Parts: sequence; C-alpha cells; structure tokens
Amino acid sequence: MSKFQQSQAAVLSHDQAQDHDRVQRLGVALAAALFGIFLFLGVGFAHSETIHNSTHDSRHFYAVPCH
Amino acid sequence: MFKRVFGAAFAAGILTGILISGIHQFTTTPILLEAEKYEQGEHDHSQAFAPHLSNQPVLESASFSNDTPFKIYKAHSDAGHEGGDEAWAPEDGIERTLYTVGSEIVFGVAFALMLTAAFTVHGVPVDGRRGVLWAMGGFAVFTLAPALGLPPEVPGSMAADLGGRQIWWLGCAAATGVGLLLLVFGNRLPLIVLGLLIIAAPHVIGAPQPEHFGGTAPPELAGHFAAASIVTKAIFWAMLGWFSGTFYKKLADS
Repeated sequence: MSKFQQSQAAVLSHDQAQDHDRVQRLGVALAAALFGIFLFLGVGFAHSETIHNSTHDSRHFYAVPCH
Repeated sequence: MFKRVFGAAFAAGILTGILISGIHQFTTTPILLEAEKYEQGEHDHSQAFAPHLSNQPVLESASFSNDTPFKIYKAHSDAGHEGGDEAWAPEDGIERTLYTVGSEIVFGVAFALMLTAAFTVHGVPVDGRRGVLWAMGGFAVFTLAPALGLPPEVPGSMAADLGGRQIWWLGCAAATGVGLLLLVFGNRLPLIVLGLLIIAAPHVIGAPQPEHFGGTAPPELAGHFAAASIVTKAIFWAMLGWFSGTFYKKLADS
C-alpha cells in the first residue's frame, strides 16, 4: 500500500469513527429525551387516581393541569 | 456517553428536586394548604362538613349537599371519570410531604434529561453557566408560556375539562420549544419569524377556560399562589441548569 493509500484509509476510518460517534451521541440524546418526556408525562399528566393523589401538590407547583 | 447524559441528569434532578422541595415549604405549600381549607369548607360557615372528613380535600364543595358522600380530589368537570370514593391518597403530614418530595425529584430528573439531551445534540462544551442558559429556555417552555393561558392554580379553582387543558398545555410547551429553537438557532429572518408565529399560535388559539369563574379560594390567595409558583420555578430551573451543566462537564469522557 502506498503512503497516499495509507493516509486515504486513515482519513476514511477517521470519518467513519466520527460518524459512529455522532450516531451514538444522537442515539443517547434521543433515549434521554424520550425517557425524560415519559417521566414528565407520568408524574404530571397520568390520569391514574393513585398517581394523581401522590403527585397532587407538585402538580400544582409545576402548574400542570390538575383535577 | 450514556453514563454522562443519564448520570448528570439523575444527579442534577435528584439534588434539585430535594432542594426545591425545601423552598416549596416556604413559598407555595403554605398557600396551597390555606386554599385547601377553603376548598374543604373550613372557612365557609354555610357548609357544615363532618369534622372527620375535614382533612380530605374536596372540590366544588359548594355544589355538594351536606349528606353527599365526599370524593377525594374529585375532578372539576369529569366527575366519576376515574377512581372512586376509595381512591388511595397519602396521609396528610409526613407521608404526603414524602410523596411530594418524590414527585419533585421525578420532575427534576425528567427535565434534567431533556437538558442533557439538548447539551448532547448541540455538541458544544457545557458548564454550569451554559446549563443555566439552556434551563432558561426550559423555564420559558414549561412555565412561562403555559402560564399565560393556564396560570398556576390553587386547589378549588374553576377550570375547563381536564383533557382539553392537558392537550393545550402540552401543545403550548411543544410549540414554545420548537419556536425558541428556531429563534435561537434559525439564523435567518424567515426562520425567526416562523419561530415567533409558532410561539404565538397556542395563545391565538387560546387555552380552554371555564364557563364561569368563582373557585373556593379567595382571589388574593390564588394570585399569590400563581406568583409564588412561577418565582419558585425560576429558582428550580436556575438550579437544575447549573447542576446539569456542571455534572455534564464533570462526567465528560467517563
């Protein structure tokens, strides 16, 4: 393999590593955002009477629609 | 990366949830408990409620005759929609406080996860100060914008159907979030104008309002609660942003 080919291969794998890193980053961010929204909907919006009564005061504090 | 995003969010959310619970004890909780007294009819001498029921919050007490069995946390407008008279609720006192602290922590972790997700997508180095900037966006999205249509309410307030208010609230928060992102990152006039229009849209449509006003709590108390709730949430978001940014930085590359 010539020096040129070697450096080309290095650049390619570097790009691939960057892509891989970006995909992984966005995947983790998406998981975090979805889990955050899931928790938020559960604690703030779930209609279950038990959840509502447990979270009642904080629902008022966070001004999500209550009752 | 996973440990950084989730670790920072959980640490910041738990810490902020505990701290803000302490602040709530001084800002909103006393007003909320006072409003519940009116809701239960303690301050309304025309209502002769049984004393053993006096610590069970009841809504729309004025519409109840004295021999009507009470429903705990009865819904404003969709009565009988869920649960029943035997629905479980934490005992007043330490149990109720612990459940409230627990839900404050869940709120904290939930919002912190959205913050660390935003840090990660943005990809710019974050510290406590930059975390506070992102958190001010969260304050606008989850507190200021929805409060314009559906202000924080004390127990015993009159309100429109719960489902409609929940949909408006979530739509308003989502629209404000998208609009703010366009304003901040749009960089082109048409995108900025579009962002402003999206932010304004829920308020042009209008939040569901009750057919008539006249909750059980005095208006002064309700107004004080709305202000106390918004001010306390400004503190909440500032703390959450600072802790999220600081922990996110500390956990870098771990």
